[in-house]
Amino acid sequence: MPKVKIPRKSTTIDMTAMCDVAFLLLSFFILATKQKPPEVLTVKTPTSVSSTAAPEKSILITMTKEGKVFLMLGDETKKSAIIDDFNTSRGLQLTGPELTKLKKAEYIGLPVNKLKSALDMNQEIPANLMDGIPTDSTNNELSYWIKSVTNAYKGEDQRKLQEMILIKGDGEALYPIFKNVKEALKLNELFKFRIVTEGETVPVGSELYKTGKLEKK
Amino acid sequence: MAEMDTSSGGGHKKGPGVKKPKKLSTRVDLTPMVDLGFLLITFFVFTTTMSQSTAMNMNEPKDDPNQEMKVKNSGAMTILLGKGNQVYYYYGQLMPETISQDFKSTNFAGIRKLILDKKNATPIDDLMYIIKSDEKSTFKNAIDILDEMTISAVPPGHYAEVEMVPVEKMLISATEKANGIQ
Repeated sequence: MPKVKIPRKSTTIDMTAMCDVAFLLLSFFILATKQKPPEVLTVKTPTSVSSTAAPEKSILITMTKEGKVFLMLGDETKKSAIIDDFNTSRGLQLTGPELTKLKKAEYIGLPVNKLKSALDMNQEIPANLMDGIPTDSTNNELSYWIKSVTNAYKGEDQRKLQEMILIKGDGEALYPIFKNVKEALKLNELFKFRIVTEGETVPVGSELYKTGKLEKK
Repeated sequence: MAEMDTSSGGGHKKGPGVKKPKKLSTRVDLTPMVDLGFLLITFFVFTTTMSQSTAMNMNEPKDDPNQEMKVKNSGAMTILLGKGNQVYYYYGQLMPETISQDFKSTNFAGIRKLILDKKNATPIDDLMYIIKSDEKSTFKNAIDILDEMTISAVPPGHYAEVEMVPVEKMLISATEKANGIQ
């Protein structure tokens, strides 16, 4: 009987395809991960069980640990209009180049009386040396800024504006500052706004955990 | 795929004495490279933290002095936030005779149970939590207590932030002094 020869097959597989897949995935993940923009103001926000994601485009009011208030106008389409409105309504008399400089700035963190001289300077003032926008009850400049914001959004969907107003604060900021910021919004008839927080899991066994749903406020 | 045609173009005949050069395989073992690729993928996947900020909704009431809300004494619980993450509370109204017994202090760990106990003991229509923040309390405290309301599923409209009155300020500073809170 003739011997049946079983041809010995090689066990090595072509790895090329697998290699391709691996690096394709790798490059996908690297490119798809959105780089977090470097934050100029370091703020450690408190946590909450809220699960709504914070909107990307926003009018952001930031409160630092030291109690300084900064305003960031995230809606590029309206930024220019807001600053122009503020310039005319508060009688700042900023010149063209000064206005462009202010519009290019990432955030506003100076009281009105220091704004012009700061814009005339050649170098930028770092955030930690800025005074912040005054929010005292006697001189609530933030409310004037918010007024300009509401003016710029006049005639548009107010719900959209409400969704855009965000307050972000450091957990260690003292309560009166938060109260002043709320006051600035309330003076402009803005009663609904949002607070940026870090996500937190619902504590096991709590009422919310049992019902399993976040109530829509 | 990862091979190259190394055979010399056909047709070129070599003489009988010429040795045929040894055919070297250009096939590379890609296994380590695959390993490396997946290692990098796992590394990036694990180190990327999904830090998506969340937003908490807030509804502020219109300040209208003519429209004061009436709250039943039996259903009210006043929560006061002091410095050093301290929480003070009392039920109903402070009576001058029993002020020292009614005004109690706790912290954020203890307040959840108290909120829940009050909620379970009170008919929902009467229930009202009055939140008052001291000037020395922090933004975090204010957010935390609102979050506690959400955690205990207190329906919106059954808690409100109110300005502190001088008596309460006095009581807080007296308690702080007694407890040695800086």
